[in-house]
Amino acid sequence: MMFDYNVILDSLPLYFGGVLVTLKILLIALAFGLALAVPLALMRVSRSPWVNAPAWLYTYVIRGTPMLVQLFLIYYGLAQFEAVRESVLWPYLSNATFCACLAFAINTSAYSAEILAGSLKATPPGEIEAARAMGMSRATLYRRILLPSALRRALPQYSNEVIMMLHTTSLASIVTLIDITGAARTVNAQYYLPFEAFLTAGAFYLMLTFILVRLFKYAERRWLAYLAPRRG
Amino acid sequence: MLHGYGSTILDGAWLTLTLALTSMAVAIVLGLLGAAFRLSPIKWLALLGETYATVIRGIPDLVLILLIFYGGQDLVNRVAPLLGHDEYIDINPFVAGVFTMGFIFGAYLSETFRGAFMAIPKGQAEAGMAYGMSGPRVFFRILVPQMIRFAIPGFTNNWLVLTKATALISLVGLQDMMFKAKSAADATREPFTFYLAVAALYLVLTSVSLLALRFLEKRYSVGSKAAEL
Repeated sequence: MMFDYNVILDSLPLYFGGVLVTLKILLIALAFGLALAVPLALMRVSRSPWVNAPAWLYTYVIRGTPMLVQLFLIYYGLAQFEAVRESVLWPYLSNATFCACLAFAINTSAYSAEILAGSLKATPPGEIEAARAMGMSRATLYRRILLPSALRRALPQYSNEVIMMLHTTSLASIVTLIDITGAARTVNAQYYLPFEAFLTAGAFYLMLTFILVRLFKYAERRWLAYLAPRRG
Repeated sequence: MLHGYGSTILDGAWLTLTLALTSMAVAIVLGLLGAAFRLSPIKWLALLGETYATVIRGIPDLVLILLIFYGGQDLVNRVAPLLGHDEYIDINPFVAGVFTMGFIFGAYLSETFRGAFMAIPKGQAEAGMAYGMSGPRVFFRILVPQMIRFAIPGFTNNWLVLTKATALISLVGLQDMMFKAKSAADATREPFTFYLAVAALYLVLTSVSLLALRFLEKRYSVGSKAAEL
């Protein structure tokens, strides 16, 4: 069995285009997901059940169902309702890129919210007491002390979530988008070379994963330096 | 409400559960082997285990599924004629699914098991040796029961991810509940109804698993102290 290099070389532009699509979807999903995760995490650490329970239910349902089902519910499912098809949102909701980004953002918001809530709960009590002693209001306490500290400490776990999300974006190829996996499926369909096509896609994902791991290492060194063991 | 598709979807749910359980069994075997390789003092074995864990965990499940499923089919049919078998071989999607999921999650579990074995204090194995137990006996009587205690949280997580990931196997033709829901959605033009029903079934599956594994964790934590806050 020979590995067909020529086909892969010829389709490299397709793969590079796929890398761009993958990164675009990933960045959009992460940005909106994190923006949604912060208020959800604040709800999750609330002591009032009326505030806490809705956020708990949201993260529980999202984390308990497969990403594929969520994507299909949004992309294929919503079209079932006439009200949706006639609404002003329909041009967006019938667009595969929009639906993929929406589904991924919702998914990552639930996981990120739990990570962030865990990190908020693990705040050293001394930090909170010091802020109270300085006379900070609740809002100031959250803005100046709790959130910056919790976001930093969430970094190692959040890096895992980002890598999981990179892998999740491969599902975009199922709703017709030509991301890295989509490129591989196109190549496979054209030349019937599944080994070559998907191995190349795998290599691209592996590279992106390593780059992300490296980037988060730098970020941790920069923002978590104060937690690192002291040298010498 | 489900236009009589309820029972087909439940059949699919049974297949999903069977697939998840069988794949997990394969993954546990591969995970233990992977952990043993990675902890081995023999350099090339450790490197092999490390490569397996890193490469598989760095590639999306979907890509691996497509690679193993289509690539595997291709490979079998390229090799079979050389062995004098001329008919086209169709791989059973269930068997392919079990091996694919088992292979992928074996890599994740090798990480969990490795961490769990390393969390056991060295003195435990030494004490076993001092009692005159043989190597395998120390392994199965002393190390494995304690390893399970440390591995349960990571194992729970992996089991939940695996259960949800089985939905992807429907894309290569296994008639699990996702596949059945898709057929029903196409036939009735009511995709939301059927995908929502399947989402609810997955939620039941994950909820029951969480409860069962929490019970197991309690059982294996008997005798270990937790600091009171």
